[in-house]
Amino acid sequence: MSTASTIVYNYLRSKKKFPHVWCPGCGIGIVMGALLRSMADLEIDKNNVVMVSGIGCTGRMPVYCDFNTLHTTHGRAIAFATGVKIAKPNMKVIAVVGDGDGLAIGGNHFIHAARRNIDITTILVNNRIYGMTGGQYSPTTPWQKIGSTAPHGNVEHPFDICDLAKGSGATYFARGTVYHATQLQVLIKAALQKKGFSVVECISNCHTLYGRLNREGSAVKMIQWMKENAINAKVAEKKSPEEIEGKILTGELWNIERPEYTEQYERLIERLGGKPPAEEKPEEKEEAVTQ
Amino acid sequence: MKEFIEGSMAVARGVAVCRPHVVSAYPITPQTHIVEHLSELVADGILDSQFINVESEFGAASVVLGAAAAGGRAFSATTSQGLLLMGEVLYNISGMRLPLVITVANRAVSAPINIWNDHSDAMVFRDAGWIMLFAEDNQEVHDMHIQAYKIGETREISLPVMVNMDGFILTHAYEPVDTISQKDADDFLPPFDPVVKLDVDNPLTMGPLGEPQWYLETRYRIQQAMLEAKPVVKQVAKEFKEKFGRWYGDVIDGYRMDDAEIVYVAMGSICGTIKDTIDELRDKGEKVGLLKIRMFRPFPGEEIIDALKDKQKVIVLEKALSLGASGMLSDEIKAAFYATPHRPEISSTFAGLGGRDISKTSLADLYHKVKGERQDNMFVDLKEELV
Repeated sequence: MSTASTIVYNYLRSKKKFPHVWCPGCGIGIVMGALLRSMADLEIDKNNVVMVSGIGCTGRMPVYCDFNTLHTTHGRAIAFATGVKIAKPNMKVIAVVGDGDGLAIGGNHFIHAARRNIDITTILVNNRIYGMTGGQYSPTTPWQKIGSTAPHGNVEHPFDICDLAKGSGATYFARGTVYHATQLQVLIKAALQKKGFSVVECISNCHTLYGRLNREGSAVKMIQWMKENAINAKVAEKKSPEEIEGKILTGELWNIERPEYTEQYERLIERLGGKPPAEEKPEEKEEAVTQ
Repeated sequence: MKEFIEGSMAVARGVAVCRPHVVSAYPITPQTHIVEHLSELVADGILDSQFINVESEFGAASVVLGAAAAGGRAFSATTSQGLLLMGEVLYNISGMRLPLVITVANRAVSAPINIWNDHSDAMVFRDAGWIMLFAEDNQEVHDMHIQAYKIGETREISLPVMVNMDGFILTHAYEPVDTISQKDADDFLPPFDPVVKLDVDNPLTMGPLGEPQWYLETRYRIQQAMLEAKPVVKQVAKEFKEKFGRWYGDVIDGYRMDDAEIVYVAMGSICGTIKDTIDELRDKGEKVGLLKIRMFRPFPGEEIIDALKDKQKVIVLEKALSLGASGMLSDEIKAAFYATPHRPEISSTFAGLGGRDISKTSLADLYHKVKGERQDNMFVDLKEELV
């Protein structure tokens, strides 16, 4: 178990990029902390990690993390991550996305990466709104809730991200909240170890916009709500549908085995007598430099 | 009525009085306030319109295409990456001759990520068959939208219009704006009467396969409509002046041009700073003026030649460049002068990319440099230590 200070020193660009841009009380920091602690627990070599993001509040995460990071265009994190993973199948590829970024403009990439079952760990921070641009409703804003583009209530219905991931072919889906930081860490750790397209939905709070527009109170109050309304899926199994109405089901909700995309690709190359993708060879790099 | 409002609100109010049937957009900085204000007007029942917050700019452009194809007046707004994402649809909109209006809150393009103002986004689409207007201040941009619908919906033209305003500099600035009343707007802008629309009684197909036998003719027709748009833009500006008393020039506008020997040429909000710089230089006896380009497409070549032909030197100040070539505006001005006997010396200069402030000092320095010798592809305020 790493100490907080070694995690800060090893995994954060602590001297260069802080203070961060997130609002005080935002849950994204808790998600980032859970992710970094999971990686420290698994002793993942940070030089072998590529963290990819798009644009949005969550999109800022790679700015602060000291991995190989790729900060791309809005909605495209998973598409860029797919390219990285295909080129470097041995690297650990993590896509960090928000609900607007990952499921609206980038929804197509989400479902197709799941369908391919490519080995990308997707951390989806769901704060149910577009935070960075000022509180427009997103594909996870609940029905009738207020957004700056839905001042009298949202007439659209939200995605069930778990069903979306399952239906599209993802092999791992878990949901946690930023109140349950330790559980979140456990879920992210399992997702990182899963060979395949894995998704961890992290329910987070945007008290600045969503909370204010919907009169859900301060960051503390919103996180308190998560405490009171999250119910572990295993516990929920024993309850009646009425008892779990409106609750957030947390924990590991989906975990199956299916062949992973890059492995299948390698096998195909092998079967057709081709050369499998080369491991990193330093001497090749030197050649490239001298050419 | 004069109101002290944000630039985005000025746009929203200017659009609302045009009674669009459909408004669709996706959030992106610094455009978002425009559609937020519109969504409020719709939600509060002030504007009888359908508002849809879609899943991407590609979706937004597609929705307004569909709305216009069905005979509705449609509006969207975007910027930068969002405009680039709309790209494929922008060509379809002009190809189908659908006269809708999109406001672009001009912003730089990634990478690196930059949310501040320049014209790199809009200039990408200079060849896309859109009429392109640039506003200098919030009154002008408020007034430009009703003109934009009138121009685009003119039956002989039937082309989409892109209204450009500088991101943040205008969208987020509060200025007094004389807003157009609904009654005046209704007097000025007739209901949309489309040349073609999807109609169950008269079925037709839009955007089918254009085989080599006739695709070329579709381009010819768009080109002709573009050329015919120029007098229409002038006429609409004139009618607007008669009705509302406000005048910004038609396709171009001059400032202290009469005896000017050296002339700045620019588009958008920087024209204000240039005018102040000119006043200060004039106080010191310099004969300097400004030619403001209000319309970039169709390109007002003849008007520009007419305004600049007797000048000694021209400083084209651009907030975009064609990497590997030069400035789009200066290149086209130079091309316009190709066949004329007298040509001023033209300097291409780039300033303010990615939101770098352009100060009066920088502009005055530039003037003195150009007065000395021609500047070619010069980057104003380039930090030599960083390159």
